[in-house]
Amino acid sequence: MTAGLLLLPSAVFLLAFTYWPVVQVVIGSFAERGFRGATHWGFGNYARLFADPHFGQALWNNALYAAGTIVPSVGLALLFAVGLRDNTRLSAALRTLVALPLLIPLVAAAALFVFIFLPGGGLLDWYLAKLGVASHNWLGDPSLALGSIIAITVWKNTGYYMLFFLAGLAGVPQDVVDAAKIDGANAPQRFFHITLPLLGPTIGFVTVIALLNAITQVDHVIVMTQGGPSDATTLLLYYIYQQAHQNYDLGLASAATVVSVAMLAALSLVSLRTLERGIHHES
Amino acid sequence: MRADARLLAALALAAGALLWAVPFAWMAVASLRPGGAGAADLASLLPSGPFDLANFREAWTSGHFPLWYCNTVLLCGGILAVQCVTISLAGYAFARLRFPGRNLVFTAFLLQLMLVPPILIVPNMRTLISLGLYDTLLGVMLPYFASAFGVFLMRQTFRTIPRDYEEAAVLDGATTLQIIFRVLLPLARPGLVAFAIVSVTAHWNEFLWPLMATSSPSNQVLTVGLASFTAGAEAGSEWGVIAAGTFLVAAPLLAGFVLFQRQFVSSFTFSGIK
Repeated sequence: MTAGLLLLPSAVFLLAFTYWPVVQVVIGSFAERGFRGATHWGFGNYARLFADPHFGQALWNNALYAAGTIVPSVGLALLFAVGLRDNTRLSAALRTLVALPLLIPLVAAAALFVFIFLPGGGLLDWYLAKLGVASHNWLGDPSLALGSIIAITVWKNTGYYMLFFLAGLAGVPQDVVDAAKIDGANAPQRFFHITLPLLGPTIGFVTVIALLNAITQVDHVIVMTQGGPSDATTLLLYYIYQQAHQNYDLGLASAATVVSVAMLAALSLVSLRTLERGIHHES
Repeated sequence: MRADARLLAALALAAGALLWAVPFAWMAVASLRPGGAGAADLASLLPSGPFDLANFREAWTSGHFPLWYCNTVLLCGGILAVQCVTISLAGYAFARLRFPGRNLVFTAFLLQLMLVPPILIVPNMRTLISLGLYDTLLGVMLPYFASAFGVFLMRQTFRTIPRDYEEAAVLDGATTLQIIFRVLLPLARPGLVAFAIVSVTAHWNEFLWPLMATSSPSNQVLTVGLASFTAGAEAGSEWGVIAAGTFLVAAPLLAGFVLFQRQFVSSFTFSGIK
């Protein structure tokens, strides 16, 4: 009784803005607008969705984007964490530099990178020109645009993941490392045979968060490329935004949302435990 | 040989970290460079005087920064105030009370960690419209009034507090609400502070949901304002003004991080999820 009353305020908002929307979007995905505005039920939205080449492209781009952001950002985060974990002032200052991007909005990062990627006079081309590299249309060339979007994401998120690895490293017992040292294990051996296996849970946790970010964050796509050029940077959530906001095709948007909710639900099934463990690995 | 390798690795690492700071360095230099500086120098990272604040004046007057700051502070403050109540109540229930289906309900709560509002923009906008709250700040706040992460964090925090305090309060005739708000919350301050940092950072920086849930300029928050502001300034190639505007949006949290770094870092690693 008391428990019910205490949970009620949270439950009301969760029901209204998390659970009910899922039900609503599933129902909406089966509702088709027929002639004269009559609604009938069926798989028409899904048929249109899977026949839409833009949707297929969005799924493929999102897979590339996920792989392209997760592998480098998690790898670099681990590298920075291992390299900068000591308590010197220099390391602390360098850690701060790597962590700073996590504090700024993704749209602010995008605003800075629009200039960095500006063809010709932009930061990247200006400095590359000094090395004799020709200028590129980083955001306008279909073969480069997704890579540029990936670069921003890696820059933005690596520091965030580094913080988790630093916390995880603090939990690696020093006596085990020392014992290995006495036994003659060199630094790479100690890293690969002791530190890395002990960081396993942290790596799993960070990967889940990175995957979640890859599915739920498209602010930079909205601001920088609007999915273009020629769909090169259309991600799943951007496709949904486009259908809902620009084409007013709610049936298609609902069906696409169901696909992404299904993906997140699958991710939850395999990883909710990982998350729960990870959230309090500090305590 | 080994010492050489170590030195090389350290140098590569330092170079990497410095590379990470390049966008910020450019933001700082470009925002302070006088507006009429030659186009060729725009990309230079070397600070070369004289500096002035013309770009900041230009950004401040051509954008609506006072309004955007107000709306963002209202948004973050409103969300946080309501969250503090909802997560304390639910966190207490999960930490201290036994009831049937507790684990199941808790897992259902945690699902919100995955099903974040940006994914559900389509149905949530319909809900806002039917509630008559489309294009209001309250409408932007509503989906965040419950926080799975906050409930989780308060549950963990309450669990670390010995039961003796509550038992003493019960003997004095305190009600459940009095126990939560008078006895436990003051002791749970570290957990609340950690949550506040994560919550404010998340909502200060959020873009897609406030963009979708509002339409009139008077309801724009900093991120939405910055996006429209940069779109205009890009057309005029006013890069120094964009750098200044970006700085204005990011500065409060960057300053908070530099000043209270230890607290921020422990909040973020405690959390993991926003």
